[in-house]
Amino acid sequence: MGTPAGSPAGSTADAVGVLALQGAFHAHELILRRLGVLARQVRTPDDLAAVTALVMPGGESTTMSRLLGTSGLFAPLTERIAAGLPVFGTCAGMILLATEVLDGRPDQRSFAALPITVRRNGFGRQIDSFETDLAVSGLDRPFHGVFIRAPRIVEVAPEVEVLAQYDGEAVLVRHGRVMAASFHPELGGDTRVHATFLRTFLDPIPQEN
Amino acid sequence: MKTPDAPRTTGTFPVKRGLAEMLKGGVIMDVVTAEHAKVAEDAGAVAVMALERVPADIRRDGGVARMSDPEMIEGIQAAVTIPVMAKARIGHFVEAQILQSLGVDYIDESEVLTPADEAHHIDKFAFTVPFVCGATNLGEALRRISEGACMIRSKGEAGTGNIVEAVRHLRAIVGDIRKLGQADSAELFGWAKQLQAPLPLVQEIAETGWLPVPLFCAGGIATPADAALAMQLGAEAVFVGSGIFKSADPSPRAKAIVEATTHFRDADILAKVSRGLGAPMTGIGMDELDQHYADRGW
Repeated sequence: MGTPAGSPAGSTADAVGVLALQGAFHAHELILRRLGVLARQVRTPDDLAAVTALVMPGGESTTMSRLLGTSGLFAPLTERIAAGLPVFGTCAGMILLATEVLDGRPDQRSFAALPITVRRNGFGRQIDSFETDLAVSGLDRPFHGVFIRAPRIVEVAPEVEVLAQYDGEAVLVRHGRVMAASFHPELGGDTRVHATFLRTFLDPIPQEN
Repeated sequence: MKTPDAPRTTGTFPVKRGLAEMLKGGVIMDVVTAEHAKVAEDAGAVAVMALERVPADIRRDGGVARMSDPEMIEGIQAAVTIPVMAKARIGHFVEAQILQSLGVDYIDESEVLTPADEAHHIDKFAFTVPFVCGATNLGEALRRISEGACMIRSKGEAGTGNIVEAVRHLRAIVGDIRKLGQADSAELFGWAKQLQAPLPLVQEIAETGWLPVPLFCAGGIATPADAALAMQLGAEAVFVGSGIFKSADPSPRAKAIVEATTHFRDADILAKVSRGLGAPMTGIGMDELDQHYADRGW
């Protein structure tokens, strides 16, 4: 691994953090470990200081927003992202990164690091949750996507790269070192989307699948 | 470049189990009004359980406890953006059909309501909506999973504000999972017989070291320390029923339990959030109970 930007001066840590305030953080850790990466749970500012990239999992964005405040993580994480910390948000994690959120709570916090507009629960309630195969840029075979009460990306700024679409709408996007998915690449054991994220800032990583 | 999109499939095991995965590390709160539901959402609940009476009141009132009025459930669905769960009686598959029609996000086939069938639980594979079921031991958990439950919770003893039964159930489930991991392949046949559970599920747990669905804690959580205790014993999220809205000051207590569930191993944070919360619900000792809800279910 190199020394990615966004890591604190003097840090020797090379761990990828998984925001573990609430949600599917354990599933992300398992995928990262399968890719040979040291994964670390992040619940406090001290935990954050020890990682060189961060995955923000799915879960409830309103809950995470509140816990980002009480844990003291919101301000340091905003600074790290502005300084170039690579971040991958899935589902609720994507909502936290978006510049604009529709149908959220007025007091919902956002890092506004990704110029997209998302609608919370845009795909409906749990009975509308679904799975399907997705064509993802750079992957030779379809990726099986699981959508759980998924947010919908309703607008994408021109500078944002769209890596996958479903029903004519973006479901996997990247802008600089920030990547986001409206589905759950951590469910199902396929490591390829996480590998794509790691490739944006790490030296070659072990190939799988 | 445009190729037709692949079809979408709903109601599959990964989709149902997926929502349980998203609720991990969170607190699901019982609410009886839209106002309660908003307090719960403001406090950081990951979901609410919509019901007409919290278990403590069901205990006090007696009589038959049934599915809630659809109007009341819809009022709560309209009040919050987080998932809304609701309870059906054990074996009452028509109540479950109605709850699915209302679009609730999870159904709790719950021993807190009066059972409708004394031999059978609902065939949960027949539904698009996912189900959570209670269990007191590993065998019961595996029987519910074999019927299609996508989340298991300890039963504990609802409406008592007493954590002792939930601790017993979590220790029984997690303890037997650990023992299965040590058993050799021949012993697993004996385990399946003893647990009265399907052999393939017993073999899967011996192999993976965990249930194929998330394990949550319910029944008797009244304080932030109770929530953290459940999490340290192996629960992956907690349900709080009467413990919040039967306490002196629900909102701060709800917020404190949310923080305690996230930071469940950090005693400094637990000490901080446990301060000045006012009186918890009074609670009931197990020897004062005339009805043990945990005995319901087969």
